[in-house]
Amino acid sequence: MAWLLDPWSYGFMRDALAAGMSAGAACAALGVYVVFRRMAFAGEAMSHTTLPGLVMAQLGGWSLAVGALASNLLTALGIGFLSGGPSHRRGVRDDAAIGVVFTGMFALGVILMSLGGSWRDLSHLILGNILAVSPGDHWFMVVAGIVVLTALIALHKELELSSYDAAYTDLIGIGSARLKCVVLGLVALAVVAGVQVVGVILTSALLITPAASAAMFTRRLVPMMLIAVGLAWMAVVAGLLLAFNADLPAGASIVACAAITFVAAWIWRRLHR
Amino acid sequence: MKFEWLAYGGRHLHAPDRTMPALLVRGLDVGYPGQARSVVEAVSFKLPIGARLALVGPNGSGKSTLLKTIAGLLQPRSGEIRVFGLKVGACHHRTSYLPQREEINWEFPVSVERFVLAGRFVHCGWFALPNAEDRAQVDATLEELDLTSIRETAIGDLSGGQKQRIMLARAVAQGADLLLLDEPLNAVDVATRATVARVLTRLQGQGKSMIVSTHDLGLHDHPFDGVLALEGGSLQEVPYGMAP
Repeated sequence: MAWLLDPWSYGFMRDALAAGMSAGAACAALGVYVVFRRMAFAGEAMSHTTLPGLVMAQLGGWSLAVGALASNLLTALGIGFLSGGPSHRRGVRDDAAIGVVFTGMFALGVILMSLGGSWRDLSHLILGNILAVSPGDHWFMVVAGIVVLTALIALHKELELSSYDAAYTDLIGIGSARLKCVVLGLVALAVVAGVQVVGVILTSALLITPAASAAMFTRRLVPMMLIAVGLAWMAVVAGLLLAFNADLPAGASIVACAAITFVAAWIWRRLHR
Repeated sequence: MKFEWLAYGGRHLHAPDRTMPALLVRGLDVGYPGQARSVVEAVSFKLPIGARLALVGPNGSGKSTLLKTIAGLLQPRSGEIRVFGLKVGACHHRTSYLPQREEINWEFPVSVERFVLAGRFVHCGWFALPNAEDRAQVDATLEELDLTSIRETAIGDLSGGQKQRIMLARAVAQGADLLLLDEPLNAVDVATRATVARVLTRLQGQGKSMIVSTHDLGLHDHPFDGVLALEGGSLQEVPYGMAP
């Protein structure tokens, strides 16, 4: 049992657990909307486009969370400018606009990394380093998690309706475009929290994998969100234990554990269909 | 609604003006951005309160565009629309629009009961939850449309006819006075057709007004008070008593 209990006697492991659970809860609960609103590509893009902000924050000595958030804001504005309003007048579809901005911002991040310092110093931005999250960023992750979960609860019926019937959402005056902006804003917040846990490349896994796994067990929204959060927490705990005991990267270990839960859920679904 | 300032879009419940027709459309022209040609051109008619109107025309004749514009989902290029004497969207409670089935994301994890309950959201507004009265209304509607036994079923598991019935149930639960139904009998079974006919007749008896679009009048067993024929975006004929 030492492999199971000893790791938690270290302060950095307990901090990592708290940070991982905050980011995991926000990403997993929101992930159900990301999956069923067919926004997985937007989630993927949001995580990659944090890179230039993270690099600039690292080089300037600022908070990584603030850098990532600023980067995501620029991304949202860029996507909105290219595809917002009468998109066909500007000739750019939603997914094309996301693709252009996402790859452009990621390329900018790589160039900044190349210009600004050694790859070794900055590689934790790509892969995440949950074991070395600063106290300031740790608090940001907790607050981001609380904001995301509070918004999901407060706007539950409006977010739910706009996810399956945009026309009726507009008809009764809620405004589906407004709700889409809210979801994108929440994804941006959750991604900023997730990036520091598992890194730029793997953050979309925190958004999508637990939600996709939970969808194997239920067809109800709220139970699906709760199961997704539970699975994300399981992945965080198991991933941290794996990383500590086998000396593996923590972020990749967490995502690998989430992927294993997905495979297990898929097999369970096949057996119980 | 307990707190009026929580109303969606800041629009409150207005009593219908019984001296005005349920719907008045004058010189309506609708088109999509970037397209010079209008999809609906110079359409004018009125719908008296309690009347049931059929909107017929081949696919692509502009039926759905016209209904969406009346519902406030599309902005007209020119012309005027009044719902019970009010501008479109002035009172979100009064109008309900049943889209074609393909416009709904049926994969979303929501139950039949929850889907129908959404008809009551406009009476709740932001942040408020449906109350006991709202739930009682939903129970009665589910019963009327023979949906009680599948109330816990996910909407993605429903047949075409059941999907049509839950969309009608949501409009009934909303308590709207003007119903805009886009091809409600398209690809549904005989039992669903009979149920829809029964419910529409009851609603008309309560003074509700409705426009039902269809590409085949033969699908409808119940009589209409008039037929609007739309072709190439223009009305071919306006029924007696329905000219504005």
